[in-house]
Amino acid sequence: MIEAFEILFTASFWVAAIRIASPLIFATMGELICERAGVLNLGIEGIMVAGAFSGWFTVYMGGDLWTGVFVAAMTGAMFGLLHGFLTVPLGLSQHVTGIGVTLLATSLTYFTYRILLPEVTSPPKIEPFEPFAVPLLSDIPVLGPALFNQTPLTYLAYLTVAVVALVLYRTPVGVAVRAVGENPSAVEAQGISVTAIRIGAVMAGSALMAIGGAFLTMSAFNSFFFEMINGRGWIAIALVVFGSWRPGKALIGAILFAAFDAYQVRLQQITGGVIPYQIFLMMPFVLSIVALVVVARRATYPKALMIPYQKGER
Amino acid sequence: MRLEPRATPSAAATILWPAAAIGATIVFSSLLVMIAGASPFTVFFLVFKGAAGSQFALVETLTRATPLIFTGLAVAVAFRARLWNIGAEAQLYLGAVMTVVLGTGAVTLPSAGLIPLIMLAAMLTGALALLGPAILKTRFGVDEVVTTLLLNFIILLFVSMLLEGILKDPMGLGWPQSKRVIAEAQLPRLIQGKRLHFGFILAIVSAIIVWVIMKKTVLGYEMRAVGHNAEAARFAGIPVNRVIAKTALLSGGLAALAGFSEVAGLKGNLTLDLSPGYGYTGIVVAMLALLNPLGVIAAAIFVAGIFVGADAMSRSANVPSYIAEVMVATSLLTMVTAIMLMRYRVRWR
Repeated sequence: MIEAFEILFTASFWVAAIRIASPLIFATMGELICERAGVLNLGIEGIMVAGAFSGWFTVYMGGDLWTGVFVAAMTGAMFGLLHGFLTVPLGLSQHVTGIGVTLLATSLTYFTYRILLPEVTSPPKIEPFEPFAVPLLSDIPVLGPALFNQTPLTYLAYLTVAVVALVLYRTPVGVAVRAVGENPSAVEAQGISVTAIRIGAVMAGSALMAIGGAFLTMSAFNSFFFEMINGRGWIAIALVVFGSWRPGKALIGAILFAAFDAYQVRLQQITGGVIPYQIFLMMPFVLSIVALVVVARRATYPKALMIPYQKGER
Repeated sequence: MRLEPRATPSAAATILWPAAAIGATIVFSSLLVMIAGASPFTVFFLVFKGAAGSQFALVETLTRATPLIFTGLAVAVAFRARLWNIGAEAQLYLGAVMTVVLGTGAVTLPSAGLIPLIMLAAMLTGALALLGPAILKTRFGVDEVVTTLLLNFIILLFVSMLLEGILKDPMGLGWPQSKRVIAEAQLPRLIQGKRLHFGFILAIVSAIIVWVIMKKTVLGYEMRAVGHNAEAARFAGIPVNRVIAKTALLSGGLAALAGFSEVAGLKGNLTLDLSPGYGYTGIVVAMLALLNPLGVIAAAIFVAGIFVGADAMSRSANVPSYIAEVMVATSLLTMVTAIMLMRYRVRWR
């Protein structure tokens, strides 16, 4: 029992927790932006697959790592444009369209993989992002290495949270994004296009989701596998609800969740196979559902979430 | 641009827009085929030949369509009442689990008793698996899309645990697979020596029953009313939450039958690759069928044909069989767009 408790004070545990949190932070911020603008984006799972592949493949073809990140973001934005076009001006069901975008992005990625790499049996590797120790800060015991001896993409994840929070709450664009998610007709009355803001938000959010996927192939691992996103997109959707659509709370949720995930892996090693490993693997998903139920009663959804907007109605 | 509802969709629109959706799907996949370096005409000819070009191909397509009819019905029923069941995959697996729990020798009855018993138990398991998310939706306001999606992962891990634990076949050479179902629990083959089995007939009958429920019963009327406008339905005195719960039971039960029929009719045992995403593909089938239960039969055969045909095609032409998944996903998006254009007129101004 003592052993299970001591894990919490090891630096390696927190390093792993932040590493696991990083792709979730990108994905959660991406989904948060979309939902804040009133659009549920269930394309997230597939967009992460597409981002994971396109970023990795760019580097595999000799591109720079940051070029890879950029290509992943652009790939995500393109799928975001598709989702935005279908759900905003056309007003299609955001549920069905999102599932469709996930199926399309996933299958297109697998198809492209098979065409571009027809002969490979084991997935080829790239040189991924290396951890970079921030001077001084990384010397703080336990938390130092966890927070400040990570790859540059993790630092980009922190930065993303700050930028998303700043833009949403401190800039006119952010005010407009939040307003189209709450009261779109009021925004239209100001002479701002609801359609443009919503599509823009979905594209930006989708770009972040794709970077979250790319984190897995370019930072956490060094190659692309099928099924590697493995529900992380769906978990990000739960984290947005858990974080009450606020970047700071969502960040805390993502880190708590990742800490739990890192913890179950270590607990699995300690218990040494007495409990079936599937129980541990289930925990993140069970935890997500529990979190949803706990916060659901007091959740304050963006009022216009999932409600298509038609100019001149109401 | 703005959308104006059409009073009644014209006959031309109900045929032309879905046809345009299929057309757009074919154009898009032709582009991909050309990128892959093959001729679309050759490829689509090979897909068609592989899906319907011989008796073997046709039988294979109908066999593949069987689980898709069940999952397509499950989704059609749920979506009609706006219960977004994305968990048909998990419900399918639970139906399969129940089939091997009861069908591998634990219960010995003649076929006429054992098969209906297994079907009922399987349906009940799948039904309860969706009742959970439905109650979380109506009681706590938790979005059922997210819970059913997350449950897919949980239940698949649960099945994996069973297959490495109590359901593991001791004779299975260490593979995570269940024992084979006993002869009394097996569904007969429809054609001697072919893979097509009685599950196909059950699927057709289910589609007809679901059609009757949707069109001719009070429950069907209430489900459509809830799906059309839950607030108005509640105002009209329809017990919305109870209707959603009943919808969940029906939908989950139907999806579980897909698992039952795959195990008892085709595979004989349960493995973790029983379903290559039939639950998710059921969403496409239901949308292609415009949520019409009888349309589900045609849509399932069409989608199954694409999968079976693409498998055959990829063996001879140098195009990855993933083109089938791309076509199916594309047809989902084009079809929902077509349905909208059928019902609304786009005004540019």
